[in-house]
Amino acid sequence: MRLRGKFQRLIRDPMAPDFSQDYFALFGLPRAYRVDAARLDAAYHAMQNQVHPDRHAHLPETERRLSMQWAAQVNEAYRALKQPLARARYLLGLAGVDASGENNTAMPPAFLMEQMEWREAVAEARAAGNHGELETLMQRLAGHAKGIHGEIERGFDAHDYTTAADAVRRLMFMEKLEHEIEDALDALESPADES
Amino acid sequence: MALLQISEPGMSAAPHQHRLAVGIDLGTTNSIVATVRNGLAVVLQDEVGRSLLPSIVRYKAGGGVDVGYAAQGAQAADPRNAIVSAKRFMGRGLKDVSHIESMPYDFLDAEGMVRLRTVAGVKSPVEVSAEILKLLRHRAEASLGGELVGAVITVPAYFDDAQRQATKDAARLAGLNVLRLLNEPTAAAIAYGLDNASEGVYAVFDLGGGTFDISILKLARGVFEVLSTNGDPTLGGDDFDQRVYCWMLDEAKIRFPTIEDTRYLLLKAREAKEMLTSHDEAPIHAELSTGETVNLTLAIDAFADITRTLISKTLGPMRKALRDAGLTVDDVKGVVMVGGATRMPQVQRAVAEYFKKEPLTNLDPEKVVALGAAMQANVLAGNRAGADDWLLLDVIPLSLGMETMGGLVEKVIQRNATIPIAKAQDFTTFKDGQTAMSFHIVQGERELVSDCRSLAKFELRGIPPMVAGAARIRVTFQVDADGLLSVSAREMTSGVEASITVKPSYGLTDDEIAGMLKDSMARVDDDVRARNLREQQVEAERLIEAVEAALAADGPLLRREERDDIEEEIAALKKRIAGTDHRAIKAGIDSLNAATQDFAARRMDQGVRRALTGHKVIELKL
Repeated sequence: MRLRGKFQRLIRDPMAPDFSQDYFALFGLPRAYRVDAARLDAAYHAMQNQVHPDRHAHLPETERRLSMQWAAQVNEAYRALKQPLARARYLLGLAGVDASGENNTAMPPAFLMEQMEWREAVAEARAAGNHGELETLMQRLAGHAKGIHGEIERGFDAHDYTTAADAVRRLMFMEKLEHEIEDALDALESPADES
Repeated sequence: MALLQISEPGMSAAPHQHRLAVGIDLGTTNSIVATVRNGLAVVLQDEVGRSLLPSIVRYKAGGGVDVGYAAQGAQAADPRNAIVSAKRFMGRGLKDVSHIESMPYDFLDAEGMVRLRTVAGVKSPVEVSAEILKLLRHRAEASLGGELVGAVITVPAYFDDAQRQATKDAARLAGLNVLRLLNEPTAAAIAYGLDNASEGVYAVFDLGGGTFDISILKLARGVFEVLSTNGDPTLGGDDFDQRVYCWMLDEAKIRFPTIEDTRYLLLKAREAKEMLTSHDEAPIHAELSTGETVNLTLAIDAFADITRTLISKTLGPMRKALRDAGLTVDDVKGVVMVGGATRMPQVQRAVAEYFKKEPLTNLDPEKVVALGAAMQANVLAGNRAGADDWLLLDVIPLSLGMETMGGLVEKVIQRNATIPIAKAQDFTTFKDGQTAMSFHIVQGERELVSDCRSLAKFELRGIPPMVAGAARIRVTFQVDADGLLSVSAREMTSGVEASITVKPSYGLTDDEIAGMLKDSMARVDDDVRARNLREQQVEAERLIEAVEAALAADGPLLRREERDDIEEEIAALKKRIAGTDHRAIKAGIDSLNAATQDFAARRMDQGVRRALTGHKVIELKL
């Protein structure tokens, strides 16, 4: 019943009344997959220094409300650019390429097979309460993801959005796996009496 | 930072005018009020020089209320009416409270939040907390010699929406204007960070009387950025007392202590625990009402032994917080200890072992939260000076979501997202001709709705009948800087709207609050009208001051006739202030607010553009 497509949600966020420019322009950065993290952080901090509700706490209601909306927007823009996967999806969206995995079920069978094996390994480690094994899986996954990040980077460098989108889709599967491992670790680390 | 001097949206017209503001650490065991005086954060003491206020409220038969030390002595004699650790019940139902069996209170499982039946009637934990806050407010006003502009109240970082809302309600009930709810570890970080001018990644380990928080923060260029937070809202120093108490019953073979004896033995347990922070053993002597006697000695190793499982409960949250921050213990430059319970040697040892470094304890762990809160209150009240240039970027501790088909949770806002935050999600109808849709808002990390905390339920009605799947219902979650959620839903094709500020399931309704306010005013024989009038006058004066300052700073952003409109509104409001009709003043305030809406937006826009220009200044400094 939910409308799928997280990415569309992101670019037509209804809370963005005045943010007509893209997030890269908002932070004064070139529109590219490679981002200077220090520059992004500095621009983010400088902007929050202006708009954050703490800067307007002693002001009238109108300004406090506006400030909250703006600060939320800046946070959202930062979130979209900070992590490579989110950034890749945002860039693809700007280029008009749909990278939402749900609409593209045609993943290669070999890849899906691999996914199933990962899943089983995680489920097994979870059932056995094997903390160390989960940590190992997490590290292996990170190594694997690094390779895909390289593919995304090369895709964007060559303006080959099809290649980039393909890699992004695979990386989204990897991210889901990562969450599964995290959930398993969380479950093992929670005391039994916690509900 | 020169950047901030370029544009000061918040600059007061009268910078010499110091606004009185305080930070309050509303603790499980003790509460503290602090302020910034002559640029220095100080704890405000009572008339005999005591900094801490025991968080104890005793209701008396005649209708009077004792708070703090005055109530402390009556704990064992009158346990049912001397309420301790009320913070544990804030925003909580009966089933959420641990150790309820050994608590001497007469609980009432009212809808949402638990209530306590006392000799003065049924009390909500919010009312109990409000008594503590009221006393601290009076202490501050007496000591500072004037009315407070507002207060920053601290809450455990891991408090959920219901607990935060309950805390804010308590402040409101105590007549405090809440400038901000601030997370306790973040408050501690301010106090530490500014003292030590530190940069880098820090962990704040906060074990209070009843709650445990761990926060991972990054400090850089005056920005305190919380990367992640985790914790256990039911773990604290009280639990260590509880373990010692159980050990005592066991050793002394006491089977069914009376509630008076229970309270008495818990006090003895606490004394022993405190003694063991500086001694190797603690003697325990107690005489019970039954004539039984307790004569024991608790050795430090035995104490560590019986509390081992409590210590191990902190490990999970520490690991999770680091993982969520994407860091390892090696990335952490220092660990700040907060909360009286961190004085226990076994706690310090466990933290040092986990982080592989000695924790920082150079500030008093019991005062550091209040001091940090005072510093933040000073800034939020508009007393910002050049040296006070810091910014807090805090996070929401628990994910927020909605119930979907099959009792599953669809997360809308992930835990550790920086606040404020707004997220929208689209839904559609399930049946042909469906005209209403109900929403159930929950908070927590689990997949099943039944495992998460239910925050609110609401309905969107009047959806025009369409075929299934044709309607577009946009649900927007908004979390403000206090970490409080509001949710609205809107049918996009017709514009039908429903909105809710989340609170009903576990909080108090507005009617309840209004009723309590009325009761408390009647009791102190306050003149409600005079108070309303004064409140509106202060509010109006504050607004006029702010607008005039804005006009002086950014007048050129307005066209001539726009400026004329605003000035007319100011003049009209000034006239109303001189009158005695609080409703007329309120209407004038609303009207001036409306007239300045565009102006405010333009100024904010200008601020952002200047921030971008300024960002090049920062780059040069990198």
